[in-house]
Amino acid sequence: MKRAAQPAETAQVGRSVPRLESWLKVTGRAEYVHNLRLPGMLYGKIFRSTVSHGRIKRLDVSAAQAVAGVYRVVTSKEVRELVPEPYYGPAFHDQPILALDKVRHVGEPVAVVLASDPHVAEEAAALIVAEYEPLAAVYDEVEAMTSNAIVHDELKPAGTFPDLKHLKGKANTNIALDFHLRRGDAAGALKGAHRVFEHRFRTQQVMHTPLEPLVSVAECTDRTLTIHTASQSPSFVRIEIARLLGWPENRIRVRVPFLGGGFGAKLYIKLEALVSVLSLLTKKPVKISLSMEEQFFTITKHATTFRIRSGVDRDGKILARECEVWWNGGAYADIGPRVTQKSGFTAPGPYDIEHVAVDSYALYTNLPPAGALRGFGIPQLVWAYESHTDMMARELGADPVEFRRRNLLREGRPQATGTVMRDAAIEKVLDRTADLLDWKKPFDRGTGSVRRGRGIAIGFKACVSPTTSLAAVSINADGSCIVYCSTVDMGQGSDTAMAQIAAEVLKVATESIRVVHSDTDVTPYDMATLGSRSLFHMGNAVRLAAEDAVKKLDQLRSETQLPADASVKDVFRKRYGMQAGNVLGTASFVPGYTAPDANGLTDNATPFWMVGASGVEVEVDTETGRVRVTRLINVADAGTPINPRIVETQLSGASIMQLGFTLSEKMEFDAEGQLRNASLAEYKIPGFLDLPGEIVNEAVVAEQRSGPFGAKGVGETSTFGVSPAIANAIQDAVGVRLTSLPLSAEAIYMAMQKK
Amino acid sequence: MRKEIRFRLNGAAVSVQVAPHETLVEVLQEAFGLYGARESCGQGLCGCCTVLVNGTAVSGCLYLGALAENAEIQTIEGGAAGNSGLDAVQEAFVESGAFQCGFCTPGFILMTRQLLDETPEPSEDEIRHYLSGNLCRCAAYPQIIEAVQLAARKRRQR
Repeated sequence: MKRAAQPAETAQVGRSVPRLESWLKVTGRAEYVHNLRLPGMLYGKIFRSTVSHGRIKRLDVSAAQAVAGVYRVVTSKEVRELVPEPYYGPAFHDQPILALDKVRHVGEPVAVVLASDPHVAEEAAALIVAEYEPLAAVYDEVEAMTSNAIVHDELKPAGTFPDLKHLKGKANTNIALDFHLRRGDAAGALKGAHRVFEHRFRTQQVMHTPLEPLVSVAECTDRTLTIHTASQSPSFVRIEIARLLGWPENRIRVRVPFLGGGFGAKLYIKLEALVSVLSLLTKKPVKISLSMEEQFFTITKHATTFRIRSGVDRDGKILARECEVWWNGGAYADIGPRVTQKSGFTAPGPYDIEHVAVDSYALYTNLPPAGALRGFGIPQLVWAYESHTDMMARELGADPVEFRRRNLLREGRPQATGTVMRDAAIEKVLDRTADLLDWKKPFDRGTGSVRRGRGIAIGFKACVSPTTSLAAVSINADGSCIVYCSTVDMGQGSDTAMAQIAAEVLKVATESIRVVHSDTDVTPYDMATLGSRSLFHMGNAVRLAAEDAVKKLDQLRSETQLPADASVKDVFRKRYGMQAGNVLGTASFVPGYTAPDANGLTDNATPFWMVGASGVEVEVDTETGRVRVTRLINVADAGTPINPRIVETQLSGASIMQLGFTLSEKMEFDAEGQLRNASLAEYKIPGFLDLPGEIVNEAVVAEQRSGPFGAKGVGETSTFGVSPAIANAIQDAVGVRLTSLPLSAEAIYMAMQKK
Repeated sequence: MRKEIRFRLNGAAVSVQVAPHETLVEVLQEAFGLYGARESCGQGLCGCCTVLVNGTAVSGCLYLGALAENAEIQTIEGGAAGNSGLDAVQEAFVESGAFQCGFCTPGFILMTRQLLDETPEPSEDEIRHYLSGNLCRCAAYPQIIEAVQLAARKRRQR
């Protein structure tokens, strides 16, 4: 039976199809919002707070307004005329479109200058004068628990997501969410343990650094608003802008072309509310394109402190583990409360521990806001629990791999929340990593000032739940097919993967499928492109929609009484009297989920588990403290890859990104909350000269039975193990243990001096 | 304030009015609708804005447009021959999967062309050093090395 113009009898999933948009990207013609210019468009340049916490005493925009070529200067006063309650956010409605009365972090937007020439707008913005009455500020996440400096007078939970509905408004606190998990009796078991180990770890604040900085454009008519935006969550943008304006959703259109990187930076509302208001106020198209510097003030990754305590018996079996994690969310909650809760599910690590206690706190501080960054909090946790696990093994005189194996969480066993592990190849991933690292073979430990070491670490993640994806698949009268979905291709290759999934069902060549980019007027609802959820959720929705389209075409064929092998063209000719019409398959996919109970326990925490391990070999220069990663091995359970080549690129790319967060990247703040290195000259992301000598990436043979054709998400998996594996290898090489990231040459050198 | 300059853009003679402060990237985008060279870090550190001026790569976000006068300017949009409209370097980038989001890709391709013009058979170490001024946040670096090596082979075979 032939269903389309380009029949394909061979499997479409499992093929390393080059990305469908390849030609566009290598010729510089791919569409990004960065490129968009509309007739009559104004450019907005943001005037930002210079203090970390203060009451706005005076705001003088007259000099800016007087600059030739300035169209208008907008402050929160004008914003409020249009939106009386101009606060947004996915978890809390805490973030003002422009600062109202107070500023809560350095770099917070206070006013905007609009001009048709961006240089004029920038020059004028520099002429705005603001005076602040300073307020007590807090920067450290642990201090924020008890500080007298309160970032928000009153908390305003949003309740947009079902799993955040339990958030209650609180006053006189910086705690935006506290998640607690109790399984068994950790305190009691620790008392009876043979040995108890307690350590404290820290991660630093870092930034996503997409090379296409955040950018949004809005244009309006009397009753419609179109937002062109570099966003990973177009459906959320529509819902939230509709709520702010009090409009029905059908008057707001959100369009997203390709993204020049996302990594979690381009989620929820970033510039969209601001450009929408500016366009409505001026009745002109308005574009705001951030500079690289401004991105550092917009969204970052949580700094964390993690106190972890474990008790073992005489056989080296971990009996109990207590985890206390403090998440530095900055001045606005963004998705921090969700990071706090969801990562809390797995804070004790991929180990079979009978007694666990987790306390995880999302905290407001006077730093730039933090959100999700490639791992939704998991890399911060793995950093701590895999450093801790390694330290325990060494103290106990056990082989680090064997110690992990003895305690590993295996298929069919419940993890911390009580959810039973299914389709999580934890043991296989650990074993394969050890094999690829030649763990059991003799190892050259170096000589003189160059000492060598190796380390291993494994982490896992529960995919965020519950979330919804809808998709539609059209079979046209000529047999060609179109996929409509709101998954955003930010470089992860989703267009290609969705086309492969649809092609597999439709029995056509992947290359013949067209995937329509997110446009809320056209593509159906999707929760967002985040947390490695899209391939699983949207992949399932696309598969089901394609099956629905096939079913509808088969119905049409039987209605026309044509034989089963009649071509698509013939079916439509017979039905409509000409080659016209189409069938539209639709589907939604929402996996099951059980919300955690009062003890944080649930029998269904996630639709699937991601498992990733890294093994490294390092050289440490004992005279300078400089560490060089000579081999980096990443092994993942990615289920059955849809596109092995893209999976490999994702594993490789994520691990190199994590290498930056491990060795060099750190946002440096002074005592007043001023950021001192907001540029790529002073904030070093990995380049060619920072690469490991050798990188090996592998997806173990595995299947996610509930995933589309056995697949699951993989965008974050190889971020998990990199940092602790390197710290473990450094200890192996030179005997010093670092407990704070980044593992800079200076930190290593200083630790060696103290030894 | 504005001054008319003439130069050759991807092989064609052009003229344009430029202001003294306008960068080459701005001139290419605003006057010619060419978006392949794009500003990212704004400091000449990432290579996303790479443009060839008289055959030499420059950071288009720092290079003033007015300096293009009488120069030969090449951008990623200056198409290559062949059925696919792609040259050996572009083909190699596609076949090696040497990009993810694609934002930095034009810069890498232009630098790779320049590298292979100078050194037709670069070692891996030479590739790493030559391209060290271009950043890829998706970190497709291993695949880029593969693509450069493949492009070198393709060029030799032509």
